[in-house]
Parts: sequence; structure tokens; C-alpha cells
Amino acid sequence: MNLPELYQEIILEHAKRPMNRGVMENPTVTVPAENPTCGDELTLQLRVTDGKIEDVRFTGQGCAICMASASMMTRAIKGKGTTEAGALFHQVHDAVRGKGEMPKGELSAIGGVRDFPQRVKCALLAWEALREALGGSEA
Amino acid sequence: MESGPVLLVCADMRSIRALGAGIRSDFPILDQEVRGKALVYLDNAATTQKPRRVIDALSRYYERDNSNVHRGLHELSNRATAQYEAARETMARYIGAASGETIIFTRGTTEGINLVANTWGARNIGPGDVILLTEMEHHSNIVPWQLLAERTGARIEWVPVPGDEGLLDMEAARRKLAQKPKIFSLVHVSNSLGTVNPAAELCALARSHGVITLLDGAQSAGHMPVNVQELGCDFYAFSGHKMCGPTGIGVLYGRADLLEKMPPWQGGGEMISRVDFDHTTYKAAPHRFEAGTPDIAGAIGLGVAAEYLEELDRAKIEDHSAALAQEAAGRLAAVPGMRLLGPRDGRAGLVSFALDDVHAHDVVSLADEEGVALRGGHHCTQPLMRKLGLVGSARASFYFYNTPQEVERLVDTVAQIERFFRR
Repeated sequence: MNLPELYQEIILEHAKRPMNRGVMENPTVTVPAENPTCGDELTLQLRVTDGKIEDVRFTGQGCAICMASASMMTRAIKGKGTTEAGALFHQVHDAVRGKGEMPKGELSAIGGVRDFPQRVKCALLAWEALREALGGSEA
Repeated sequence: MESGPVLLVCADMRSIRALGAGIRSDFPILDQEVRGKALVYLDNAATTQKPRRVIDALSRYYERDNSNVHRGLHELSNRATAQYEAARETMARYIGAASGETIIFTRGTTEGINLVANTWGARNIGPGDVILLTEMEHHSNIVPWQLLAERTGARIEWVPVPGDEGLLDMEAARRKLAQKPKIFSLVHVSNSLGTVNPAAELCALARSHGVITLLDGAQSAGHMPVNVQELGCDFYAFSGHKMCGPTGIGVLYGRADLLEKMPPWQGGGEMISRVDFDHTTYKAAPHRFEAGTPDIAGAIGLGVAAEYLEELDRAKIEDHSAALAQEAAGRLAAVPGMRLLGPRDGRAGLVSFALDDVHAHDVVSLADEEGVALRGGHHCTQPLMRKLGLVGSARASFYFYNTPQEVERLVDTVAQIERFFRR
């Protein structure tokens, strides 16, 4: 079978055993997100204290790309400042659309979605939720 | 892969040889490679491919006859008008309607249903009235009624689809029809399950209670013999592009006495008989419902597509696609973690399926890498998918140019995808 670069081991690993999946007891912000083209839904929760993302969790179901991207994102932003997380959002958001480079490390695997224009929304679902969550926590 | 079962099907269904491989040269698009592999196009429920004859009819019209219809007094306008109105007569014959006056050209099934909701519905639906639908409707046969219900204070009720087999709860249908809803609008053949609903039986039952019926014929018009008088429906809406015709053109059939009493929907040219500054009178049906310059080339192309399908024999088309779908369903069932949707027997020419732990989008993306075109997601039947506890399904939908070899490519590919995710 032809295997596109997107479906590499690290993506499948995260899709099968997502990090930070579950419900948080005391979030400061909860954001539901839906991909209207396929009906995939996820809910992102953050606990932000003094501009720092102390904890992050997500629930929901989606395709391997959506789940892996959500899992990697939670790992990448946990413990980071909200400004830094916001910058990461913009970098990923632009890179999957062909503008600029993906962040180094495991997140770079998500960059393979560039070859699948119809799957970009899957890869960005969790990230769009993050943007909304950051907007809410800063307010 | 063993070829035994495929040959057996061929022996049962002689039509597979007459259609299938032998007809593919009529379709230029099928002769191409996708990602280095021969294209296997199994997304026919979304749109079918176009035969050379239809493509040529569109070019010929624009090269020789293009003109606006109806009011022109010159030669080109006469030709365009004659061909446009001849296409209307062809479509009447194609669905067994008594006359072309019952055939309204629309943009497709969706517009046909919206037209009924906005004209017949506006006149006949009021507060507290019931609009009866089924749980297997496409969004295009849900949302126009929700909009109408919001405007009028009517209520929508649903005939349940109890399980994965995708059959209507007929007992509930009888009970709900006996309560005399104003209209029963249902899909003839389900796009997400492959169920062929007992339309004639349901329409007869509805009529005995004085209930108006609308059949969504998007998946039936190009796939089986259709006769609206035998079906006994009051309205029948379908799309040209799902039956070898161009996109952007479709038909709404309506019973003549109903159309005559329906108010116009869109206003404009073509649909008026006289306009004064303070008052306008309208043409009779069907022209009352065709405001503005219609898709003339599309209608002519659709007429040519209908004649093509009549020549091929729609009963054979139905048998061919159903045999391929049945074969595919039987063999996909052997893939570990496979959940097949739709009726076990008598399914139309499509197979919808879900794999445990593999999302439909991943199935479709990886199948595409093998040149196999499928569709994955909720198929515009979100409420049904939610009820079945699915985010979505992958769907292979067949037509008369598909072959048993393509069923094999499908099954091989799905089996490989499952193994890839299981490891």
C-alpha cells in the first residue's frame, strides 16, 4: 500500500494513545469545537494561572490526524505561557497552509497534512479550539 | 485474491458483462490513473460521471444553437426553445409523468424540495400542522422543512430507523400517517445506507389518509426504473448530475392539480404572463416556477442523459449496481472490525461501512492513495449517524460502469488499511 508521509508512526502512536485525554475537574476555560465538514467534535480544557497553562485536557473523537494533532498540541503547550502558546498556534496554522516552517520536534509530523488540503481542518481542529480558549482566558 | 465468487456473480447476472467493462469507453474520465494506479471511481452516489454523448451535447448546443429561450423570434432562439422544451418532454417520459407540464426544471433535488416547501408549504402548512419525515433523510430533505416549521409554527415528526440494517419502522409509519400529517417527505433510496424504501406502499397509505407525499429521488432517478404514477407520489425531486447529466440541473415533478394551485416562488422573467406597475399575473405551471433564464444547456444535456439511460435499460443498471454492492458487502464483512450499514438483502448499489478504531476520513484518504475514490463522513445524514452512534462511515457507491475487478480493488484496499491501523 502507498503510505503518504502524513501517516507516519508518530502520528499513529498519538492517535491510538492520545496524551492528556480526559476531563479536567477545575478548568479555567472549556471550549467545544466542531469540524462541520465531517462532524468531528472535541472539547478542549485549560487551567490557566498567571498567564501560564498549568494543565490541559481534551475529549472527543475524530480521525487519526485530528486526534494526533490534538494530542501533540496538548503536550506542546502544557506548562507554557499563553503568549508562547498563541505564537505556536500561529506558526502551526500558517505552516499547514504552506506558509513558513512547522515547529521542530514531533509537531513537524503534522506538517505532512500540507499534501492533503481537505484534511487541514482535521489537523487544526484542536488548534482552533486553543486559539478560542486563549482569547477567553486573556479576557 | 481468488476470483471464484466474482465469476459466480457474473453467471447469475448476465448484465454485468453487458454493462461494466464494456461500457467504460463511453466515459472518457474513467480512463486515467490516480497516483499511478488505474482510477476506481466509487463515489457515484455523490455524482456520476458523464458519457461522451452528454459532453458532446453541451458543446454542440454552445457551438451551434446557444440563445435565450421562449421570447426570441429568431432562428437560434427557436432552436434553443425547441430543444429545451423537448428535454422537458423527455424527462416526463423518463419518469412516467403524464405530461411535460408537470416537469419543472430546477438546480437539483435540493432546490426541488425547497420549492415545494416554499410554495405548496407556504399555502398549506400552518401552526400545529405536522410534517412527517424519516430519520434517514439527507439534510436537503430536513432543513427546508425545519425552516418552514420555524416560519409557520408547524411540527416535524420522524419515522424511526431502528438499527444498522437501515429499514424504516413500518408500524410507526402506519401509525403516524393515520394521524394525518399534512405532508410525508421521504427519501426513495437512502444515500448513506442503501435502503430502498417501499415508496409505492407508503405513498398509497399516505394517499388513503389524504396526506401529500414527496419522494427525494436523488439516488433512484438514475439507478432504477421510475414511474411516478405507479409510485403514486405527489412530488418527485431529483438531480441531473447523479444520473449522467450535467451539474446545476434537476427536475421537480408535481401532480398537475397541485402545481396549478401553488403560488410562485421566485419572481422574474419567464414566469409572468403580464406585469403592470401595481400588479402581475403569472404563467401556468411549469413556467410559473422557472423565473429567469434557465440552465438551457443543462436541461438539454439532461435530456440526452435520460435517453442514454433508457437505452441501457434501467432495470439492468439497477441489477448491475446492486450485484456489485452485494458482492462488496459480502467480502468486506470478512475484514476484522467491520461494521456494515444498510439492509442485508435488497440493498441498492452502495455499501456504507465503519471500521472499529479507524475513522472514515482515514479510510478514504488512504484509499485515495491507491486510486480508489470513496466518500467518508456523515453523508449529509448527521442525525441518523448520531443515532447509530457513529461519527461517520465510509461509502463505496457503484454504477453501471463499475466492474467486479473494481470490487476486488476496493476490498483489497480496505483490508490493507485495516491491517495498517491494527499493527
